[in-house]
Amino acid sequence: MTTRELTCVVCPAGCRMTVTLDDGGAILKIEGNTCSRGKDYATSEVTHPVRTLTSTVTVTAPDGKKMLPVRTDKPIPKEKLFDAMAIIRNTKAASPVRTGDVLIPDFIEPGTNLIACRDA
Amino acid sequence: MTDKKLIIIGGGPAGLAAAVAAVDRGMDPHDILVLERDSEPGGILNQCIHAGFGLHRFGEELTGPEYSGRYIAMVRERNIPILCNAMALNLTADRRVTFVSPETGYTTLQAEAVILAMGCRERTRGALGTPGTRPSGVYTAGCAQRYVNIEGFMPGHRVVILGSGDIGLIMARRMTLEGAKVLAVCEIMPYSGGLARNIAQCLDDFGIPLKLSHTVTQIHGRDRVEAVTIAAVDEANGRRPIPGTEETIECDTLLLSVGLIPENELTRGAGIDINRATSGADVNQFRETSAPGIYACGNVLHVHDLVDYVSEEAVIAGTAAADRILGKGGSIVKSLPVTAGDGIRYTVPERIDLTADPEDVRIFFRVRDVYKKVQFFIETDGGEVLVKRAKSAAAPGEMESLTLPAEKLKSLIAGDCAGIRVYLKETGGKAQ
Ligand SMILES: Cc1cc2nc3c(=O)[nH]c(=O)nc-3n(C[C@H](O)[C@H](O)[C@H](O)COP(=O)(O)OP(=O)(O)OC[C@H]3O[C@@H](n4cnc5c(N)ncnc54)[C@H](O)[C@@H]3O)c2cc1C
Ligand code: SF4
Repeated sequence: MTTRELTCVVCPAGCRMTVTLDDGGAILKIEGNTCSRGKDYATSEVTHPVRTLTSTVTVTAPDGKKMLPVRTDKPIPKEKLFDAMAIIRNTKAASPVRTGDVLIPDFIEPGTNLIACRDA
Repeated sequence: MTDKKLIIIGGGPAGLAAAVAAVDRGMDPHDILVLERDSEPGGILNQCIHAGFGLHRFGEELTGPEYSGRYIAMVRERNIPILCNAMALNLTADRRVTFVSPETGYTTLQAEAVILAMGCRERTRGALGTPGTRPSGVYTAGCAQRYVNIEGFMPGHRVVILGSGDIGLIMARRMTLEGAKVLAVCEIMPYSGGLARNIAQCLDDFGIPLKLSHTVTQIHGRDRVEAVTIAAVDEANGRRPIPGTEETIECDTLLLSVGLIPENELTRGAGIDINRATSGADVNQFRETSAPGIYACGNVLHVHDLVDYVSEEAVIAGTAAADRILGKGGSIVKSLPVTAGDGIRYTVPERIDLTADPEDVRIFFRVRDVYKKVQFFIETDGGEVLVKRAKSAAAPGEMESLTLPAEKLKSLIAGDCAGIRVYLKETGGKAQ
């Protein structure tokens, strides 16, 4: 049996949780979460951690803006963050772009998109 | 340009939300003017491209630009005029606002109500006095955030961060993702000033060491930073560096994330009372300052960790300013000072002005230290406990609040209560 201490990152309350695992890595107990989202986070964190990635891509906007903020519309596997950044670094957006527009469909994972966070 | 009923200084999340609230309360949008010194509204959120905004307000996790974009859209839908590139230069206690803009030139307008929403700025190295040379490569974390996220260039490649405020933590992750090596985050206090979730997802995720009770004692390099020396500090001895613990780290960049200061030059100029603990104005529960008809909300009032609370506070100020202008507010029958007692650094509001028919009042506060288990109390000067709540952990980095119910407030009108106090009792000892 092992235990893992986690900080829930789902909301700013940042609950400290303790997850107890058996020797095969199966979850026996989750403690310290205030709400069910914390439990979901802890489950995903000890099995397959994911994160929402935010960054910027270059854009030539009419108002002179050079950078367009972007994000994944779903969390992606944590170990793929740097692969994702390598793609983002070579991405250029073409103006006009609206908030929420999909810049790269099926980004990193099928069904996950890279979307714009501002109009440009 | 003609006089306005309501002038809002600052077009960040606070100013925008206050403007929206004033219209939703019944004001004509054309009686309102928002002054913004930048070329676009949105405030500092335009450069905060990370996610985590709006969970309370919109029930979803947005980035900074998306959050401010929603408020800009709400302001546009209501046709509220925003004057950009307009810098407010002076304010008087009788609500005359002087500003300068390319469109209007140097202008003074009289208002019936003014809302201060100027936000805050970062503490800089000068305010800190780190010894050493003065090479380039020393930036505030917010300045680096602007370079990376707005201008699109990296200020450095091997980075040490002094201070564990949220902006520094966010920048540690951002620069790591952009290919820089963040070598350490040094925090002089024995606890972090940032949110626990940011320690987890910005430092722990990338194996960046957080060195608590450490500071930068020397900056090396002539033209560009070449290294910094860090050392452990002695808690018991005024946080002075402990000889023999020095360690020199080769780096080309030092980021400072050592806190924010509300931007209150205009407020001071108007002779408005300032609270020494918040560096913001003293306000009542309507966020009205000591000058009648002048309100304050957002980071200019006290530094918030979460923009959701900024918007909430702005709604209070915007609604109250509209009520004043529309002649809706009730008259005040009793004024109760709110003081910060044991374990509490400050409260907002600092005063409750009771009308005959009071509403619930939410009191925000920060604790002084890190505690494992506490009980929070609101008590009258006569020792009557009005509100009590237990909490499993409390830290100065996270804002707390307690709500004083309307019926309790009503009961204080007649009695001889002359003030209330917020304090805490430790029930589980100090956390390490
Ligand atoms: C660098 C930095 C990074 C931050 N990152 C985060 C974060 O990641 N998450 C978070 O929740 N909070 C963050 N904050 C706190 C953040 O400031 C608040 O959440 C929120 O933006 C505060 O809103 P505001 O409207 O009070 O202030 P601001 O967003 O600062 O807006 C104030 C506005 O007033 C304008 N202004 C100031 N003085 C004048 C004047 N004299 N005349 C005209 N206009 C004026 C400014 O140009 C600005 O647009 C950050 C703060 C800073 C300084
Ligand atoms: S457990 Fe729930 S309340 Fe606690 S941090 Fe996670 S999401 Fe927030």
